[in-house]
Amino acid sequence: MSTYSLSDGLASGAPRISRAPLLAAWVKESGAGVAASAAWIAFGLSCLWWEDVGDWSRTHSLGIAAFVIAAITLFGTVGADYLGSAGRALRQRAPWLVALGVFLTLWEVATAKFAWLPLPFFPPPQAIIEVYTDDLPKLLDSVFASVRLQLGGYLIGATIGFLTGVSIGWSRAVGYWVHPVLRFIGPLPATAWLPIAFFTFPSSWSASTFLIALATGFPVTVLTWSGVASVSNAYYDVARTLGAKPSFLVLKVAIPAALPHVFVGLFMGLGSSFAVLVVAEMIGVKAGLGWYLQWAQGWAAYANMYAALIVMSLLCSGAITLLFAIRDRLLVWQKGTVKW
Amino acid sequence: MVAAALAEAITHPAAGAALDIDNVNHAFDIDGAELPVLSDVSISVEPGEFVALLGPSGCGKSTLLRLVAGLDKPKAGTLREDESRIRSPQPSRVVVFQDPTLFPWRSVWDNVALGLEAQGILKSQRQRVDAALDLVGLSAFRNAYPHQLSGGMAQRVALARALVNDPKILILDEPLGKLDSLTRITMQAELVALWQRKGFTTLLVTHDAEEALVLANRVIVFSERPARVKADIRVDRPYPRHRGDPYLADLRRQILGLLGLDATW
Ligand SMILES: Nc1ncnc2c1ncn2[C@@H]1O[C@H](COP(=O)(O)OP(=O)(O)OP(=O)(O)O)[C@@H](O)[C@H]1O
Ligand SMILES: [Mg+2]
Repeated sequence: MSTYSLSDGLASGAPRISRAPLLAAWVKESGAGVAASAAWIAFGLSCLWWEDVGDWSRTHSLGIAAFVIAAITLFGTVGADYLGSAGRALRQRAPWLVALGVFLTLWEVATAKFAWLPLPFFPPPQAIIEVYTDDLPKLLDSVFASVRLQLGGYLIGATIGFLTGVSIGWSRAVGYWVHPVLRFIGPLPATAWLPIAFFTFPSSWSASTFLIALATGFPVTVLTWSGVASVSNAYYDVARTLGAKPSFLVLKVAIPAALPHVFVGLFMGLGSSFAVLVVAEMIGVKAGLGWYLQWAQGWAAYANMYAALIVMSLLCSGAITLLFAIRDRLLVWQKGTVKW
Repeated sequence: MVAAALAEAITHPAAGAALDIDNVNHAFDIDGAELPVLSDVSISVEPGEFVALLGPSGCGKSTLLRLVAGLDKPKAGTLREDESRIRSPQPSRVVVFQDPTLFPWRSVWDNVALGLEAQGILKSQRQRVDAALDLVGLSAFRNAYPHQLSGGMAQRVALARALVNDPKILILDEPLGKLDSLTRITMQAELVALWQRKGFTTLLVTHDAEEALVLANRVIVFSERPARVKADIRVDRPYPRHRGDPYLADLRRQILGLLGLDATW
């Protein structure tokens, strides 16, 4: 009897005691989401409240879109428990959504509404949205041109760099001949070849492919080489006593052991080839995002430039994400790899 | 039991090969100076013998094993496996190194499969890999990567990787050194059982006189570097042997004396 009433009392007492912590927990879980929603409402209001100082056609739509995002954020975070992994992801990113909403509000007010920032150089968000809606075909053409050029040059450079690196690391004779050439030509920035390349190659497209391949190839070669050279002899000893032939030693020992290095080279090559791509497009190839930037500058179309920059950054980041995903797939056996 | 499974999986059990180490001298160059490591080492091993090599640390035991494996060439002298000169590594002589040196990019199963894959016979002989993993008790870890194993487990994988090749001469460089005492005793028993069943010639480096006496028919004691054969002791005792056997205790005292440890015994 006494035990029964004791547990009874505990059970009914529990919610009363934990009401305040419950509220605190709710604020902790959903507070950021509510704040994010508020920030985006502020952004929407900032679009619609004042008149624009310039002539932009997407202001109204942008304001509505901000309200929609605010609503999604609010219901998403409050109801996150029913939304599974999407809800959790939203909650985790809520602080970023707050920051983004605040930033966009300030940007909107500082440009479109009061022009605190000098106008043609600092376009408001709606101007950039306008580029994406009205200049989409040209932008997409540029994206395709850039991706095609980059992909071709990068794949060629990475393949040649990898093969060269393995050969130098493996064969003394190849090393004797290739190493001095590599030392002489490798450190030269690929862009230094630009004027010559555009002369000597039949088309500016092939010249740019060559330059991107060159920029990619050097780091890939050096790191593949150092990877192969640093493979412990103990691995070769084991394989040899088990009956491995030279081809097995290269393909199944040297290359897998060197792969972590190779990926560092691929990563560095990606970075330097982006730089070459943009310069090559600005100077020689009359297509691609680099050229789009150049063209926009010629017309003083600053909104187009920002729009192209954002796309470019998404593409570069996407390429690196892809590379890291491939690496994680191939190097599952490594512990403690860096997440991109 | 599991050893039987392995024996069954292997269709043509290989008998042991004779090993002839004849007047071998070896030295390393360290900074221009010559470091003599083996001095006139002659050992003649009968097919199917189990020979334990004991000696002070750094005297040259691992070096001798590398010569037997064919990984290095001696400065002078010859080594023969069944009358044919040892010039290069052969899968008939498999080494379990002091370090397990598993390939970190291969799963446990793929590590054990290495020899068969290198010889191009893996496709038809996959069951041998499974049997070898069974033998060392690591079937449950077939998909694990080496960094997920303990030191002792890694050493067992290295042992399985050697055994799967059905060697004529099994060369073991302190393969049980890293195991806990319980696993160690089990593995010793498994090793003897396997050796008796298969009849391969075994060369075992160990720093443990007791282990040498429980396992081997012959114990060779080396001197300090450069290693010379200091004593060649027959152990005429039937298997399975017992650690408490007074005959073995007597030999152990004798061996420790040769190694300069009589005071502590
Ligand atoms: N590749 C090498 N280059 C130069 N010196 C070496 C090389 N390998 C071994 N040595 C030297 O040869 C000697 C014998 O080495 P070894 O590895 O054969 O000893 P060990 O008897 O196996 O010792 P331990 O029981 O400690 O494993 C050591 O003094 C070592 O410094
Ligand atoms: Mg050693």
